[in-house]
Amino acid sequence: MTSSAMRDLMAITERPEVISLAGGLPDTSTFPPESYAAIMQRVAADSCARALQYGPTEGMQVVKRCIADVMAEEGTTVDVDDVLVTTGGQQVIDLLCKTLIDPGDVIVAEAPTYPGAIPAFNSYEADVVQIEIDDEGMRIDLLEETLERLEREGRRPKFVYTIPSFQNPGGVTMSLPRRRRLVEIAAERELLVLEDNPYGLLRYEGEPLPTLRSLDEAEFVVYLGTFSKILSPGIRLGWAVAPRPVLQKMNVGKQGVDLCSSSMTQLFVAAYFESGRWQDYLDSLVGIYRRRRDTMLAALAECFPPESEWTRPQGGLFLWATLPDYLDTTDLLARALQENVAFVPGRAAFVDGRGASSMRLNFSGVDEDDIREGVRRIGEVVREQVDLYGTLTGRPPTAPVERRAPEEMPANVVRMRRRAG
Amino acid sequence: MRVAVLKGGRSLERNVSLTSGARVQDALERLGHEVVAIDVGHDLVTRLRETTPDVAFVALHGRDGEDGTVQELLEVLAIPYTGSGVSSCIRCADKVLAKHAFRDAGLPTPDFFAWNEAAFKQLGAADALPAIEERLRFPIVVKPARQGSALGIKFARSAADVPGALVAAFSYDAKVLLERFVDGRELAVSILDGEALPVVEAIPRDEDFYDFEARYEIGRTDFVCPADVGDATERVHDVALRAYELLDCAGFARVDLILDAEGVPQLLEVNTVPGLTETSLLPQAAEAAGISFDELVGRLVELARV
Repeated sequence: MTSSAMRDLMAITERPEVISLAGGLPDTSTFPPESYAAIMQRVAADSCARALQYGPTEGMQVVKRCIADVMAEEGTTVDVDDVLVTTGGQQVIDLLCKTLIDPGDVIVAEAPTYPGAIPAFNSYEADVVQIEIDDEGMRIDLLEETLERLEREGRRPKFVYTIPSFQNPGGVTMSLPRRRRLVEIAAERELLVLEDNPYGLLRYEGEPLPTLRSLDEAEFVVYLGTFSKILSPGIRLGWAVAPRPVLQKMNVGKQGVDLCSSSMTQLFVAAYFESGRWQDYLDSLVGIYRRRRDTMLAALAECFPPESEWTRPQGGLFLWATLPDYLDTTDLLARALQENVAFVPGRAAFVDGRGASSMRLNFSGVDEDDIREGVRRIGEVVREQVDLYGTLTGRPPTAPVERRAPEEMPANVVRMRRRAG
Repeated sequence: MRVAVLKGGRSLERNVSLTSGARVQDALERLGHEVVAIDVGHDLVTRLRETTPDVAFVALHGRDGEDGTVQELLEVLAIPYTGSGVSSCIRCADKVLAKHAFRDAGLPTPDFFAWNEAAFKQLGAADALPAIEERLRFPIVVKPARQGSALGIKFARSAADVPGALVAAFSYDAKVLLERFVDGRELAVSILDGEALPVVEAIPRDEDFYDFEARYEIGRTDFVCPADVGDATERVHDVALRAYELLDCAGFARVDLILDAEGVPQLLEVNTVPGLTETSLLPQAAEAAGISFDELVGRLVELARV
């Protein structure tokens, strides 16, 4: 959201007394301090001078091998020479924009999309066109229609931005047929796709799906990965896998931005992977987050009024809840903050003011007690406002049973399942 | 002098306050004062007792800092502070109290009605909405009584918009007002120690006149200072000063009003702790009057109430 009012509201979600379901934070308190100490000790003993030195712009070979391991875990093989190590996944978004975007260029994204991508797109003055999503992820039929329309207008998008697995903020996952079709469209139209995949390994149920990158034979997918959600966001390490000409330009861009990502944290990752327990830690995270997701789903069913709906993510960190369309979640956040609880208002995930009655809820950052209490408090203020609306309109609030056609229901972009389970 | 700069706090305008506060601190240091920065929280009284400042510079906006709460604490601790006193803050922070005062004193302010939630829940005030709508005519502006900035302000274009707008406004305060929309030029008159500074005009760039948030967004609104209001200048200054005096403001304040089609300055509200950021209106107005930011901050400290 571009609004300064929204920024002001979000600033106070960080007060310590607030239960924040607004962040996108993994729970780093689950990482054993003794492992951290042992790994740092090892980096100090074995490679002190290297850790304190600049590294190559493209990243250290030892880390690229770890990256190849992580991607192999999701069934994606990668040549380490196609990898650019970056300072967090966010830098991939920035570098791709830097490489491709001139003011006014079109980027196609999902509706809703990752709120943190919007300022990056805006800073390059891109024109962001958003495609609705449903239970199976981005509506590829609408994507094709939009691409046709843009072509008629003589506007060729520079890339399509998607989070296929456990989408942020929608919580939905792109189905296999749509994945295949998206990759086909990219090849047919010679159109780049930025596949943002921070959560792919955080699957709590269902069968894993292939990454777009692994389906992409014609090399039109730029892949974004990160250690933030499987290890730590504090180490600020992500990566891009891209076709060579794009990768080279991103490399030049990165030289201008920060020369190289931290040698210290790259060596930390290498030492951590060498200890051979990264999958164990990932498994423990999956167990913790699965319980937290289940807790949130149960709490929503218990505490939210029947007029509300939400997605049921199979993985990742977020779900997307939608309230009756007469409620505005930006205003609701102000009320919720009085009860010391926070979420991300839906508008933050759109460039055009849509999403006003939706909210993003995070279930990874706080423990189960706080999730229950946080959802209870939000549910209470929602009920209070639903009741007040009923009083003001002189009738009990009506449940939106009849779904309007998609083009008429900007707020309800996700066709949601009713209630959990 | 040792000056405590009170900033941040738990209000929704925390961010702006931190920016105002930081800028005030820099100015105070340049002026040779000893500065104690306090992000206002549970330990406010303890911090003030420990640091024993000669003056407290209140750079808080919105709840607590602008509604008399912090001023009351400073009175109890006998610490002189910048800006208006407790009763003035209470009346200015509550748009309903301020507007009643304007109306009683014969100062022009857009017609309005105000209620708290209980009136709707327990007295069936909703049944009176059609009568109000008829009297105010659409569009109607719906506002929380006590909330600075543009948060929670909605335009209702028809009767169908009113309940949603009221629910939104009640998110910020237990009391809301429905106000007649006055089409005209949006003006802000800053006042320093009883003297009106050059008028600032806000001109929204966007076509959507009813997007209230956009009107306060840098880049989506142009601010002109000094604004050319022709022969209305004197009237605008006069009404603003009368509002300032009526509400017993001190030190400084910013009076927001609309100059309607008949050339009448209609009072909207008075801010007792206006923004002091790089882009805020009062510092711009001071600049236009040849008063630098440092000078402004220095004057406010000198004027601090005992």
